[in-house]
Amino acid sequence: MIKTDVVIVGAGPTGLFCAHQLGIIGLKCEIVDNLDKIGGQCIELYPDKPIYDIPAVPECTGEELTNNLIEQIKPFKFNFNLNDRVQELTNENDNWVVKTTNGKEFHTPNVVIAGGVGSFEPRKFPTKSAEKFDGTSVLYSIKDKTIFKDKSVAIFGGGDSALDWAIELSNTSKVSLIHRREEFRGAPSSVQKIKELSEKNIINLFTKYSIKDVKGNGSLEEVEIKSEEGESKILKADYVLGFFGLIMQLGPIAEWGLNLNKKAIPVNTENFETNKKGIFAIGDICTYPGKLKLILSGFHEGALAARGCFKYARPNEKYRFEFTTASNTIKDRLGVK
Amino acid sequence: MAKIKYIEYNGKEHIVEVQNGLTVMEGAIQNDIPGIDADCGGGMSCATCHVYVKEDWYDKLPKKEMGEDDMLDQAYEPNSNSRLSCQIMVSDDLDGLTVHMPEKQV
Repeated sequence: MIKTDVVIVGAGPTGLFCAHQLGIIGLKCEIVDNLDKIGGQCIELYPDKPIYDIPAVPECTGEELTNNLIEQIKPFKFNFNLNDRVQELTNENDNWVVKTTNGKEFHTPNVVIAGGVGSFEPRKFPTKSAEKFDGTSVLYSIKDKTIFKDKSVAIFGGGDSALDWAIELSNTSKVSLIHRREEFRGAPSSVQKIKELSEKNIINLFTKYSIKDVKGNGSLEEVEIKSEEGESKILKADYVLGFFGLIMQLGPIAEWGLNLNKKAIPVNTENFETNKKGIFAIGDICTYPGKLKLILSGFHEGALAARGCFKYARPNEKYRFEFTTASNTIKDRLGVK
Repeated sequence: MAKIKYIEYNGKEHIVEVQNGLTVMEGAIQNDIPGIDADCGGGMSCATCHVYVKEDWYDKLPKKEMGEDDMLDQAYEPNSNSRLSCQIMVSDDLDGLTVHMPEKQV
């Protein structure tokens, strides 16, 4: 069990800047994110795309923005819990007990939800029959590539993950690559390599096909693919891999008893607290009259929510507003002279 | 201004007038038409405003820009009639456009 002043759910720009504001006012926090890296949508969806509306930064990419935010909170040495997801929130004597999928437990007076549109999860096959094999022979990520040795593997998708794994696994497995159109969105060098491997019959390439069904008694035996014209083919497969990118799911947040308006959490605009005491929501996931889904709005919301957290984390202290330019206490916290 | 018909997967039809300059996605969101999520808000960064446009209209729409097909690869059940509705700008020329929504977006 870890005691902390605040648990931040989501390590996107809004969560990161809120952490900064908490550090500035002398609070500790733990940050949890389902992705394996820091940065949220900025890093997952558009690391290379330029952003033009961060105040005083004429142009930067999602990755640069993330790196700068990480740099900015370095002095506070906050702990990141990546590859983990907050599953359960329960109230115990005015404290929140926060449990994660990896079995971590935090006790805290404050939770700040900075979850964007929810957590990123792999998009799965639409076919019902694939659910039966989910996690055993129908997979959406690879942890141990040795299981595919000398097996037939059908890979679906047209991005880098699909191409890279098709190339890699073709060394030791019989690989089929299936994609819904002729163009691939992966790196040109990988597309070239796939074409070469296909010409040498090392990889079976099927473009303009998608999944229709997976079959097998007990274990997976074959996968049926279909063209848009309705023609279908049956391929032998011990494993089926799907790489269709990530989708955002609200997930467990919907079950924490918070008011929800479509997929967003209504908050007040004084401190961005939700209908539950000590639970705040900031960034894309919160809503209020006039809400703008801009990163700069998330920064503002995070700054105010941090002050809201102070009240519950230090009930016997009075919060005193200070400027970073003038306050020696803040300079100490930042480790600058 | 264009009259646009949105047809849900279950067949329910919604006909609304959408102002020029809005996107087909915004037309659905502003009129509370279910079936289009638009999680990213119109940035071509998710695939949750996916619609199908039948051939007669598909060919009349402005062509897809770079990146739209890449995003559609990540949509639910895309096919050759698929478009992202956030990338279809409404104009008088689109009067009478019909779009079909997929079974689900995520």
